[in-house]
Amino acid sequence: MTRRLPPTDAVIIGLGWTGSILAQELTAVGLNVVAIERGPWRDTATDFPTTYAQDELRYHIRHDLFLRPAQETMTFRNNANQTALPIRSWGSFMPPNGVGGGGTHWNAETWRFLPSDFRQRSHNIERYGKNFLPEGMTIQDWGVTYEELEPYYDRFEYLCGTSGTAGNLKGEIKKGGNPFEGPRSREYPTPAQKQPYGPTLFAKAAIEMGYQPFPQPSGNLSQAYTNPLGVTLGPCTYCGFCEWFGCGNYSKASPQTTILPILVRRPNFEARTLCEVVKINLDPAGKRATGVTYVDSNGDSWEQPAELVLLCAFQLFNVQMLLWSGIGKPYNPSTNEGVIGRNYSYQVTSSVNAFFDEDKIFNPFISSGSIGMCVDDFNGDNFDHGKLGFIGGGYIGAVQTNGRPLQSTLTPKGTPSWGAGWKQAVKQHYLHAYQTVTHGGCCSYRDAYLDLDPTYTDAFGRKLLRITFDFHENELKMSQHLTDRVAEITRAMGPRQLDKFPRTGHYNSTIYQTTHTCGGVVMGDDPQTSALNRYLQSWDVPNLFVTGASAFPQNAGYNPTNTVAALAFMAADAIVNQYLRSPGPLVQA
Amino acid sequence: MRKIALSLLLLISGGSAYAETDGQSFDQIARGRQLAIAGDCAACHTASGGRPYAGGRPLETPFGTLLAPNLTPDRETGIGAWTDDEFVRAVREGVGPRHNLYPAMPYPYYTKMSRADVLAIRDYLATLDPVSNKVVANQLPFPYSIRWNMSVWNALFFTPGEFAAKPEKSQEWNRGAYLVDGPAHCGACHTSKNILGADETGSALKGGVLQGWYAPNIINDSRDGLGSWSVDDIVTYLATGRNQMSAATGPMAEVVVDQTSQMSREDLRAIAIYLKGEGGDSASQTVPVPANDPAMQIGQAVYADQCTACHGLKGDGIPGLVPTLRGNAAVQSPDVTSLRRILTDGARSVATDAAPTGAAMPAFGWKLNGEQMAAVLTYIRNSWGNAAAPVSQP
Repeated sequence: MTRRLPPTDAVIIGLGWTGSILAQELTAVGLNVVAIERGPWRDTATDFPTTYAQDELRYHIRHDLFLRPAQETMTFRNNANQTALPIRSWGSFMPPNGVGGGGTHWNAETWRFLPSDFRQRSHNIERYGKNFLPEGMTIQDWGVTYEELEPYYDRFEYLCGTSGTAGNLKGEIKKGGNPFEGPRSREYPTPAQKQPYGPTLFAKAAIEMGYQPFPQPSGNLSQAYTNPLGVTLGPCTYCGFCEWFGCGNYSKASPQTTILPILVRRPNFEARTLCEVVKINLDPAGKRATGVTYVDSNGDSWEQPAELVLLCAFQLFNVQMLLWSGIGKPYNPSTNEGVIGRNYSYQVTSSVNAFFDEDKIFNPFISSGSIGMCVDDFNGDNFDHGKLGFIGGGYIGAVQTNGRPLQSTLTPKGTPSWGAGWKQAVKQHYLHAYQTVTHGGCCSYRDAYLDLDPTYTDAFGRKLLRITFDFHENELKMSQHLTDRVAEITRAMGPRQLDKFPRTGHYNSTIYQTTHTCGGVVMGDDPQTSALNRYLQSWDVPNLFVTGASAFPQNAGYNPTNTVAALAFMAADAIVNQYLRSPGPLVQA
Repeated sequence: MRKIALSLLLLISGGSAYAETDGQSFDQIARGRQLAIAGDCAACHTASGGRPYAGGRPLETPFGTLLAPNLTPDRETGIGAWTDDEFVRAVREGVGPRHNLYPAMPYPYYTKMSRADVLAIRDYLATLDPVSNKVVANQLPFPYSIRWNMSVWNALFFTPGEFAAKPEKSQEWNRGAYLVDGPAHCGACHTSKNILGADETGSALKGGVLQGWYAPNIINDSRDGLGSWSVDDIVTYLATGRNQMSAATGPMAEVVVDQTSQMSREDLRAIAIYLKGEGGDSASQTVPVPANDPAMQIGQAVYADQCTACHGLKGDGIPGLVPTLRGNAAVQSPDVTSLRRILTDGARSVATDAAPTGAAMPAFGWKLNGEQMAAVLTYIRNSWGNAAAPVSQP
């Protein structure tokens, strides 16, 4: 039996980055907000204290902070001719769980997308002609421009205290920053982090080759910072336990270190953890969300009525929740109609491993999730694609995220994969090997989509989400090109041996790449091809907003969090300053 | 300012003329509320999760547990039926309408308050919703359960009498002295107690142990008191729960939340001026434990591995987040109860509206052994110019 609770103004599904941002913005103007989170409450000192946060076995190998596949998983196949099977152990991406969500375990690489990324379809057709886009590619414009989003990027960066060097200040190109970035209205809140030897050497080589390297913008702070909410973060200690881990030093920007200390003091905010939303409820006409139904850890079922429903779960779970709730038309790849599940995309990464003589000591343990020197000459449309036969790109760089003992074991090609020979090679190369990376975008395609699996169900009897995805020629060509470029710079660092690993072949869901799954509830200005308007408001159910990378029509060549958060700030602004004054659709279709 | 000036006037005149004023006037009730905050009445008289001032919170004393009574105007279970004189006598003399109070009720401090101030508090309490909540205060074991004992205790240790201003001192000093020694009852924790729970003579505000915490020296002593803090440092600490050097935790966190963060800046400044004017004579001749001492060497190694990430290589800490160990009075205090506890169990600093972060130190008791913990405490007490007695293994 489901028991009905007293209504609230807004219910938030998932208390990660965007849930926290929206909860803060809405409670600040007096709304009563209830956040419902599937995972546990998590706080710095109690859940990842410095005394044991740096436990690679617990957090990286055994996935302590992540969702358990037995709790919820999805099925996967490369194409529609295959039968999808359930993912029983996380591989290529890591679905977060618990308060803080992905913001707890991210590397804090805090990028803005390029202005042209937001109109990727129009931009590429304008420059290269319509025939340049391959058959089946379904990239589209976002319905929002960089200029419109800039104030919200700024909000998130100042919330986090992001450390970086501006490359474009109000249109003026600044030395030392990224000259390709869109104009930013002011400097980063804190200066860039210090760079260790590897990125320094990479930057030197890049400059000699005519590139313009710059420090990667980082949410692991170079110095103590108190944000506009009054919450203080500490300086990063370069311990290198960022991605997969919570930060025990209060130095990685996360909901815990930037927003939650404020939210927990607000009497009009409530978080219900270890509670799983089963579905979003609709009125009989299906035009209005009436709230959510959730199940607590006791197995008891509750209905939480609300005036506003904010779906702030991880990308895949946003898609799943809408399909389960019957909101929006499910995508049908054979007709290319419908929107929920449409334009699923990912991130195309690759790497180059370089092995140096013993005079070059890289000290990989001096690291942080986002220190590094990057080159943006091969991102987006920063370079001429005319003769290359693909669109898009990514940043390339020397990003020193970690030197952790269990898995930071670079060995040259030809090394035995286990035993004494492997051990000898790990020992020989630990200090003298260096990995450079590419972080490429991913276009969307008609045959890459999400729907409900016909066979497998979860613990509540709901159909699992099915991922149908493979890499396309455009992305593989891009990865080859980017990998060659980063390899050229890396070679100029003077290694004895250099091994290139461009992304090749089929997408493999068992090998970790990134957690940047995107799309499925995309934003846009046409309800035929998007589920959300530019304010992340559902075209079909105007009192429902859906945040997260699920709104990306395709992915750019950057880490997504800054854009995810900026869109959430923009949505919050629209809710507070437009929707609450006049509830209803904010954009007329 | 008017309120302050009025309070000072009352303070100096004894305030008896004020008792006849309108108990429902805004000024009177607002003043009473401020005094109830300064007296931190709600801290004891509100149960966890209970209605404010409705009583029932267990107070752990070395002699057993007492439950704080219901102060709401309920006539049956609260103080609604009390006369003004009964209320004043209870607050200032520890004698209730039916029996003696135990000095967990800090009447040895409240006795310094003027009758007018006490009645202002009563006028404020009278505005609360009456809550029916019967509290049986006395949960003490025999023989402490015999309330008559308190007559003997009072004869031995209780000196009734209103605060007498010192005309040669400034108005701010006098206001501070009145608050500290009267309603704010700082000495209840910060003054060491004798075996019967009364203040040790000659030890006022020089530090005391309660509930497994050491409430440190809060007078102007240079090494283990507030000698290195400015008046502004003290005001910032009391108003926000932290300053550049330190952060409130343990029982003081609760004091900051319920009491000092809600007091006026003028009153906090008066408190700081008074505290800075006391003591200052223990320019301690302590010589630091030499760096080559075996405990110091172990401590240095433990510190480098476990502590530097937050507290820094030289004990600098992080402003607004992590306390400074260098020059920190609490680190160099003669009693290491709090130091041991924080290292063993960890501690969360208080979060206030002004300083909401509430950062915490994790527990090390599961990770370091007794020798390592003693050594690292000895090390931080004797490095970077700090000097204090070495810490032995428990």
